[in-house]
Amino acid sequence: MRIVFKTNYMQDIRPWKDTYQLCLYLIFLALVAAAPWWLDDFYLGELTNVLIWAIAGLGLMILTGHTGQVSLGHAAFLAFGCYANVILLEAGVPFLVAFPLAGVLTGLAGVTVAIPALRLHGIYLAIFTMALSILMDDVIVLAEPITGGVAGKYLGGVEIFGFLVDRWGTPVQFFWLVLGVAVLVTLGYINLMRAPLGRSFIAVRDSEVSAQAMGVDIARTKMISFALSCAVTGWAGALMGMFSGAFNNETFSVLISIQLLMMIVIGGLGSIHGAFLGAIVIGFLPQFLSISKEYVGAIFGGNTVAIPGLEFGIFGMILIAFILFEPMGLYGRWLKIRTWFELFPFYRKDMFKRQKSYLKTERLR
Amino acid sequence: MDNAQLLISGLANGCVYGLIALGFVLIYKATEAVNFAQGDFMMLGAFVTIGLTNTEYMGLPFWLALPISLGIMGALGYLVDRLIIRRLFGESQTAVVILTIALGFVIRFVAGLIWGHEPQTLQNPLAGKEVRFGGLVLGMEDVAVIVVTVLLTWGLYVFFSRTKLGLAMQGASQNQLAAYYMGIPVKRVQGFIWALAGVVAGVAGILFAAKGSVDPTTGLLGIKAFAAAVIGGFGSLPGALAGGLIVGVIEPFASRYIAAGYSQIAPYALLLAVLIFRPNGLFSQVRVKKV
Repeated sequence: MRIVFKTNYMQDIRPWKDTYQLCLYLIFLALVAAAPWWLDDFYLGELTNVLIWAIAGLGLMILTGHTGQVSLGHAAFLAFGCYANVILLEAGVPFLVAFPLAGVLTGLAGVTVAIPALRLHGIYLAIFTMALSILMDDVIVLAEPITGGVAGKYLGGVEIFGFLVDRWGTPVQFFWLVLGVAVLVTLGYINLMRAPLGRSFIAVRDSEVSAQAMGVDIARTKMISFALSCAVTGWAGALMGMFSGAFNNETFSVLISIQLLMMIVIGGLGSIHGAFLGAIVIGFLPQFLSISKEYVGAIFGGNTVAIPGLEFGIFGMILIAFILFEPMGLYGRWLKIRTWFELFPFYRKDMFKRQKSYLKTERLR
Repeated sequence: MDNAQLLISGLANGCVYGLIALGFVLIYKATEAVNFAQGDFMMLGAFVTIGLTNTEYMGLPFWLALPISLGIMGALGYLVDRLIIRRLFGESQTAVVILTIALGFVIRFVAGLIWGHEPQTLQNPLAGKEVRFGGLVLGMEDVAVIVVTVLLTWGLYVFFSRTKLGLAMQGASQNQLAAYYMGIPVKRVQGFIWALAGVVAGVAGILFAAKGSVDPTTGLLGIKAFAAAVIGGFGSLPGALAGGLIVGVIEPFASRYIAAGYSQIAPYALLLAVLIFRPNGLFSQVRVKKV
């Protein structure tokens, strides 16, 4: 067991705990960055997909995991970012300007949404955002001159400093682009969470009354949280558009919103790791299912009939299991395993036990 | 005359939304949780009844199958609470929301496995009969839907506001700990309300399957019913019915007077408007606590 003895405050708010941890993450990052040399093109594409989902998950994590505002409508912002990016590119704006701008625009859209949403609590907010997500689908169809409607839009490669970055043509460059964005967003996130703003997010999540008593401006905090969350989600949407190459109103349906929320729940709400772990589950589940289906089919006599809805069914079951048995998600499980090893003979079963709580109505405030 | 016809068919549709919304509100009123799988419960209720009555399955007589399927749905609702929801007792609403969404996925998957993905209709004694008055043509099913919904809403309303058990349920939702102190068996009350919600979903499913066809994705109708419940102000039973009727009526009129594509949008646009201007619904149950 490593003991970190903190001697001053700067050490306490440092983004990493000690040099050992920093080295570990740097080695891991180097390993992932070197993926093109140890993965073939198919799995590189899958890894890119996972990273894009992770960015989207980070976006939602800011809002849901750290500010406690449940959003069932982040697909709307994915769509917004995606279309903003494409429309700017088509207008002749270079990618390095269009891409950040797409995120900023999505952030502004998020603020616009946040103004009415600030009055809503808990379940009402979830429904409000869900309605937004459903409406976005129809808005894209109705705004056909801009968005291409049902026919959708296409996006080929983009040029960055004279290099062509294209999902199909140059998957390696595209992977590095996505990885770069993911790393930057993660670093920004880590920094945010140790700044006063990030702390006030957590304060609002844990108790609005207490946060208010400590001088946190709740409306402002929620608004900023919305803006940041939507901006990051917008970037993820832009990357998703580049990844799929072609997209229309159905690419970002309300099911994607739900999937995104479930992803961060499986990963572990309120942790940056959770977004990545959840994305790995989401990204590799379809592959895992098809592989295991082939495997089962090989044993029981070549029965490889496609079962519609299987993916969502399995997904639902995994999720139920997680909420019942591991509410902290995969990251929570990892924490428990790590603690077990660190404290080896002294780990107790009730160490992470939840406090017993009773619910009170939200209808009386 | 056209408008009257649109209104009537809208009302009949709205009653189905209202019935699903009623399920949402029941559970919300008594447990402060929101069951996102209510639409899928309805779909399941429809399929259970189809499985019992339709000649290609078990072929039981309709009036015999009716109580059986409602019983099955009630038992199912109770089991969902007993096995899954009760483990989250006292946890935040969000956990329950996510759990029930996942449950909806699972129910849809299982229903698809058992009954397939083809749309099916319920063979029922009301099918094909019509009622005419003053030039309006009404299907018997539509009349049945409207009558049953109004009766059910009224019955549940009386149950909640007059009976001891109904009041106990409201108490249990407002403050679980205080309800315990008052001697209310909170967990048992919750189990009962989930069973009741299952039965209501079963009624909604039977009526829906009698009116039109169902397939496993029908449960997504629950989202629209959700809009209805919120418009009515979550937590108010007559509000749920009113919300359902508003959504049901606004759909055909929007597609007729604005454009075909707008019938999908109208309920949600209305929902957004209601949430923006009256954040707690039209029939708001929220009261600010006075210190």
